[in-house]
Amino acid sequence: MQIDARGVHYRDLNQMIKEAAAAGEKEFILDNVNGQRYIGTGISLPVNIVINGVPGNDLAAFMDGPTVAVHANAQDGVANTMNAGTVVVHGSAGDVLGYGMRGGKLYVRGDVGYRVGIHMKEYKRQIPVIIAGGTAGDFLGEYMAGGILILLGLEREQGEPLAGDYLGTGMHGGVIYLRGSVEPHKLGKEVAILELDDGDENILAKFLKEYCDCFGLDYQVVREEPFVKLLPVSSRPYGRLYVY
Amino acid sequence: MRGEFPRNPSGCAISGIISTKGRCMTGDIIIKSIALMHDRSNGLGGGFAAYGIYPEFKSHYAFHVLYHNHQSREDTECYLEENFIIDRAEPIPTRPVARITDPPVLWRYFLQVQPGRPEQCGCASDERDFVVSVVMNINNGIPGAFIISSGKNMGAFKGVGFPEDIGWVYRLDEYEAYLWTGHGRFPTNTPGWWGGAHPFCLLDWSVVHNGEISSYGINKRYLEMFGYKCELQTDTEVVAYLFDLLYRRQKVPFETTCRVLAAPFWKDIDRMAEEEKATYTALRQVYGSALINGPFSFIVAHSRAMIGLNDRIKLRPMTCGVKDDLVFMASEESAIREICPEPDRVWAARAGEPIIAELEEGL
Repeated sequence: MQIDARGVHYRDLNQMIKEAAAAGEKEFILDNVNGQRYIGTGISLPVNIVINGVPGNDLAAFMDGPTVAVHANAQDGVANTMNAGTVVVHGSAGDVLGYGMRGGKLYVRGDVGYRVGIHMKEYKRQIPVIIAGGTAGDFLGEYMAGGILILLGLEREQGEPLAGDYLGTGMHGGVIYLRGSVEPHKLGKEVAILELDDGDENILAKFLKEYCDCFGLDYQVVREEPFVKLLPVSSRPYGRLYVY
Repeated sequence: MRGEFPRNPSGCAISGIISTKGRCMTGDIIIKSIALMHDRSNGLGGGFAAYGIYPEFKSHYAFHVLYHNHQSREDTECYLEENFIIDRAEPIPTRPVARITDPPVLWRYFLQVQPGRPEQCGCASDERDFVVSVVMNINNGIPGAFIISSGKNMGAFKGVGFPEDIGWVYRLDEYEAYLWTGHGRFPTNTPGWWGGAHPFCLLDWSVVHNGEISSYGINKRYLEMFGYKCELQTDTEVVAYLFDLLYRRQKVPFETTCRVLAAPFWKDIDRMAEEEKATYTALRQVYGSALINGPFSFIVAHSRAMIGLNDRIKLRPMTCGVKDDLVFMASEESAIREICPEPDRVWAARAGEPIIAELEEGL
């Protein structure tokens, strides 16, 4: 199903997609998208949605199964509380990506903004994954409680920082992998930098190969730079906050 | 109330465009951009600032005034006559729009300062200080009269409604400007009234703002020491006055003014090289009360520049774009692409880092 989204309000556009998906449509191509919010929100069917244009905020919020490909930049709030499915952004993406994300994958080719992966969580086999190919703003992985965040910093300018300030502030679960290093003063108090072990290598291989396939990147080249991981040093940093 | 109003997510939209070569564009362009973000505002405020719109009166102060009643207009005009030569007084042209109800009386004046008046009022060194005092006196002293803009060759157009409707009411499609800013309002802490819509202006300054200024009380008391009165029931006006105080009166450059308003954190100053550390330490000590705290993204405009600034931890959005001589700033990238589908470059503004687009020299 091909939809010309030019000038269509987000409520109408999303209603069209939901109704067609419920009626059995599997493939959606949305042309001339510009600023329509909530595309893919709340859809629990394994449909494919291709977005040509810049989707509005909260793309794939509460999404539960679809695969979304964005052939442009994405705005703020992508994969907000997403449960399952895959979002692939071929450009850069904005702030607060994967807020409270609880499953599925978000792959961004370019840079990402502030507070990416804030409050991500996991439960047993339900583990959300965010990979960003460029750099990230401040507060990456803030209050992260679970899931996997991978930041690659590909094609970085000389001296351009991989991640911003307050990295992993309040983090108490999950793992952040960084391709390259960050200055210790940028780390939140609750995290430490560690070397990778075999389990980490397996995780990186699994998701990065898939990521590289999405964007036509050479996995070996991406792996040429060493990675470090960031883990929380306490599982309950605020456990004693209101004890006394 | 549930069910009577559709949920309206998020708040406030801002957008701005400047031609650094001074090329003029009709108001359709900014209306189109701000209308794309319709869902960021809730119909309780919309407005625009336009620069270059009165070339036939470019050396006059153009006052846009909002009156709640006939008496407020009479009182204001008496006061204006004492202080200015009024070369033209006329209603601001509007067209009726069904969704815009109960507008105030909207009037504009093209004024020259009455010779000798600034000296009599103790403003001999800069005529503009006198104009500021007149604006403050009218806004605070004449009930029901509010000067919404007071610069040269520029004007503010604002009211209660969605911005695209307000733009149509004011017939912005008939104006040409080299710099436009626009605002869609979602009032949170203060009432939705015509004078409370953005932009907030003083002399050539205009500000459109998304966010909340939690340092408002400190900023307000600081500004009062320099004769600025904050009576428009909203936080944003302090930004216009801070730019007027620092840039115009104290000759602090744009970049440094922005570094005062969104000052680096002490922990970052501690890491600076000695000279830079000394500069920022001094700025924070001298201008501590001009620091703006709280979440914000705003676009400040001036006859020669458009400046975008975010708070220091980026709690509000701003995207910038460039296409040839045009510079864009907006809450969402889509609002830029709506009027410029293929920009040369698009990027997200960083926390506390000013984006400054100035007119080319000699224009």
